[in-house]
Amino acid sequence: MRYAMAVDTKKCVGCSDCVVACQTENNVPIGFCRDWIVEVTDGTYPQLEIEIRSERCNQCANSPCVRCCPTGASHYSEGGVVLVTPHKCIGCGACIASCPYDARFPHPDGYVDKCTFCLHNRVNKGLDPACVSVCPTKCMYFGDLDDPNSPVSKVLKNRKHKTLIPEAGTNPHLYFLI
Amino acid sequence: MATSRRQFIKISALGAGSLALAGTAFELAKGSSILGKISGEKENGPLRTPTYCEICFWQCAGWVYKDADGNIQKIIGNDDDQHCNGRFCPRGTGGVGQYHDEDRLKTPLIRTSEGGKDSFREASWDEALDYIAEKLKKIAAEHGPECVALFTHGSGGAHFGHMLKAFGSESIAAPSFAQCRGPREVGFLTTFGDIIYSPERIDIRDTRCMVLIGSHLGENMHNGQVQEMSDAIDKGATIITVDPRFSTAASKSKYWLPIKPATDMALLLSWINVIIENEWYDKDYVERYTFGFAELKEHVKTFTPEWAYGITTIDPNIIRETAREMHNAAPSVIVNPGRHVTWYGDDTQRLRAVAILTALLGSWGRRGGYYKPDKLNLPSYPVPPFPKPKRSPIEAYGGKYVLANEVVANGLCDATIPTVTDQCNFKAWIVNGTNLLAAFPNQANTMQAIQALQLLVVVDTMPIELTGYADVVLPECTYLERYDMIRNSGHRQPNVALRMPAVEPKYNTKPASWMAKELAGKLGLSAWFPWKDMEELLDWQFKQVGTSLEEMKRIGVKNYPREFDDLYFSPGEDVIFNTNTGKIELYSTDMENEGFAPLPVYTAHEEPPEGFYRLNYGRAPMHTFSRTANNPNLTDLMDENVLWVNPKVAKLWGLENDQMVKLKNQDDILSTFAIKVRVTERIRWDSVYMVHGFGHNNKKLSRAHGRGINDTELVSRVHIDPVMGGTGMRGNFVTFITDFDMSGKEAEA
Repeated sequence: MRYAMAVDTKKCVGCSDCVVACQTENNVPIGFCRDWIVEVTDGTYPQLEIEIRSERCNQCANSPCVRCCPTGASHYSEGGVVLVTPHKCIGCGACIASCPYDARFPHPDGYVDKCTFCLHNRVNKGLDPACVSVCPTKCMYFGDLDDPNSPVSKVLKNRKHKTLIPEAGTNPHLYFLI
Repeated sequence: MATSRRQFIKISALGAGSLALAGTAFELAKGSSILGKISGEKENGPLRTPTYCEICFWQCAGWVYKDADGNIQKIIGNDDDQHCNGRFCPRGTGGVGQYHDEDRLKTPLIRTSEGGKDSFREASWDEALDYIAEKLKKIAAEHGPECVALFTHGSGGAHFGHMLKAFGSESIAAPSFAQCRGPREVGFLTTFGDIIYSPERIDIRDTRCMVLIGSHLGENMHNGQVQEMSDAIDKGATIITVDPRFSTAASKSKYWLPIKPATDMALLLSWINVIIENEWYDKDYVERYTFGFAELKEHVKTFTPEWAYGITTIDPNIIRETAREMHNAAPSVIVNPGRHVTWYGDDTQRLRAVAILTALLGSWGRRGGYYKPDKLNLPSYPVPPFPKPKRSPIEAYGGKYVLANEVVANGLCDATIPTVTDQCNFKAWIVNGTNLLAAFPNQANTMQAIQALQLLVVVDTMPIELTGYADVVLPECTYLERYDMIRNSGHRQPNVALRMPAVEPKYNTKPASWMAKELAGKLGLSAWFPWKDMEELLDWQFKQVGTSLEEMKRIGVKNYPREFDDLYFSPGEDVIFNTNTGKIELYSTDMENEGFAPLPVYTAHEEPPEGFYRLNYGRAPMHTFSRTANNPNLTDLMDENVLWVNPKVAKLWGLENDQMVKLKNQDDILSTFAIKVRVTERIRWDSVYMVHGFGHNNKKLSRAHGRGINDTELVSRVHIDPVMGGTGMRGNFVTFITDFDMSGKEAEA
């Protein structure tokens, strides 16, 4: 089982609903976020293009954060989801420095926090992650890459897509439809 | 407008001040630890109550979830609701912030004056309502009850409106008409004999082509429409966006027409010309249903794409190509009527042109075009007949705006200002859920009216600019803490939705339903409020339509089958339209009868003087007007507006990204606060752009005060639409003031 997510940049309007839904679902303190919006503008008026991406932890199969964690707090969980065990985390910040996607932040309670794909609180109960289930444009697809019938497998089969910073060799499980 | 990861980090790295912020916010999560939350969640458990959202007018129905300690944790859309299809927008999801906001109004306040200095004193509910009742009685005795007006843009307005009608006044207005969607309603009413309604009757889901004219869907987060636009993109629909700014919607479009601001009418007329000249209109539809085609054809003969090019700067070939796209998709095409369309004062005529184009393409009454919404006939709780007021509200602006089909809010505002003949109509205002100083343009005019009032009552959840001028402030509890009237909305299927309290009201706040009933009691109007409480009222109403309060508490939303199979016209159906001719009036007899142009004409609008730029404004998806600017969850996403400036203009003025500037308009009005510059290719060189609703100057708003610029204060020049009284606000020009004392920011505020 390999959990993955695909975000359709052709549909995302950058409304940030995913950000606030994640905050309320996962009790992320105000001032912090596990997912965020990136907007890239190219060209000059009036020949313009914008790519809008809802970004989060890339849930890499080859995660620098897991490799560099001195206590084993950062680890691979079910479906390859990278999680942090708060009581094992000493807040050293090595993982924050190692992440090419800047996906981690120091939680005010003294541990490092990031996106969990809502593994325990939603996915294991058969629900989509909070961001996927709330998105008004339905631009996010989630599921198991090993299941050819999962929404994410199907959309990746039919659409052109990319990952971020592939040269880092992290093998991300967050895809962007382009 | 995008949430930047960088900004969040900055906040957490600021030190003591930001720690305090994070600390305050984190208190919200206390009592339910992160780990506890993970195991304690019940997606379908008993800990949810139904509501419909109050953060904007779309009123999506959803569920409020509480944790094991009874604290509100999240709000999720109701799957059965046609407004949201189970998905709330960021504002609805962040609605919890309105409940948690520690800057909320907490107790009734009465203005007192001591030694020439006014201040508010805290009062009991009894005291505050007695004060209001006494003043209202005095005004009724001296001037008549019709001299009391209600301005509302919130659910509380239904309760105060009911009270006011019992009191003897029908002067009830919402700024959503003459400051917003009024011109499109009148433009379509005079053409099709029917209005657009809210949510709009546009069939985006099944459209093959949608044209957006200055409407920035995706930035204005009209939930159901954004969802359906996304579905339409999936199905390969063509989107054509006309906007001087490269909006989010423009970036999703096959065609972006970067039009010169204020020239949309010329483009519309030339599209009509192309469609008629090439015989791309629906001949059977036009023949069967319309009136005045020959006059229209003659009228638009000279409005060629080449003519329009000189005005709009849009390539004539693109005008033809986009017209052909519409023709190819017809009748499944939507020339979107938009929502906030009070721009230049000839707005009803522009929306008439949109309506005419719609008729030529045969998309009214067709799948993928405009459908016919169906709404439940919901009986009202029986009360005695209301007294007949001596004056109707339209007499306040007698003889003007004759085609307005709703009360013109600015008409009531203007009629409050005493004139030499002392024909002053209004002595008291009750204002619910609208910050009139941000909603009405020309603040000086609004202030003049406010100063003339004998009584100003503000009913709101937040301290806003207007509360500072109130005689009495009544703190309303949020929508998460109260019952309100049934949401009975027209849609593809008739439906009702329930709002009920998820928690008890915080602080010393009350629902507007309670306030209105209590005040009615003090005014001797109890006969019009015969129900014991809202539960009894709602249960009675629900039972008239085959459900009950008890059932609605379980399901939140109930959809009903349509009475007739008339979502679209059937082929060749005989349709009688509610116009003078019984036809779709391409040539409007109503307009002609009232002395207006029966066919829309292009008028050149004023252009910015040297060194000035047209002030354009719009929406961000995470905010609604000025009402969400202090919401802790939503300010976390966007806490100030920024000024979009074209790089060429920035170079000319030496402006850099994030530089703070003030703005001065053509009337020498200087913005109170400064705004950050965003240098971007996404805006034309002749205009600047900002999101509306920021630059609050009420210091009680700890997160919103002084953040960004309030565009309304720079909109001092208003172009009134003579047809329906709309306040055109896009004819204002600003220049940059870079040399100012930043330290003076606090002192000025």
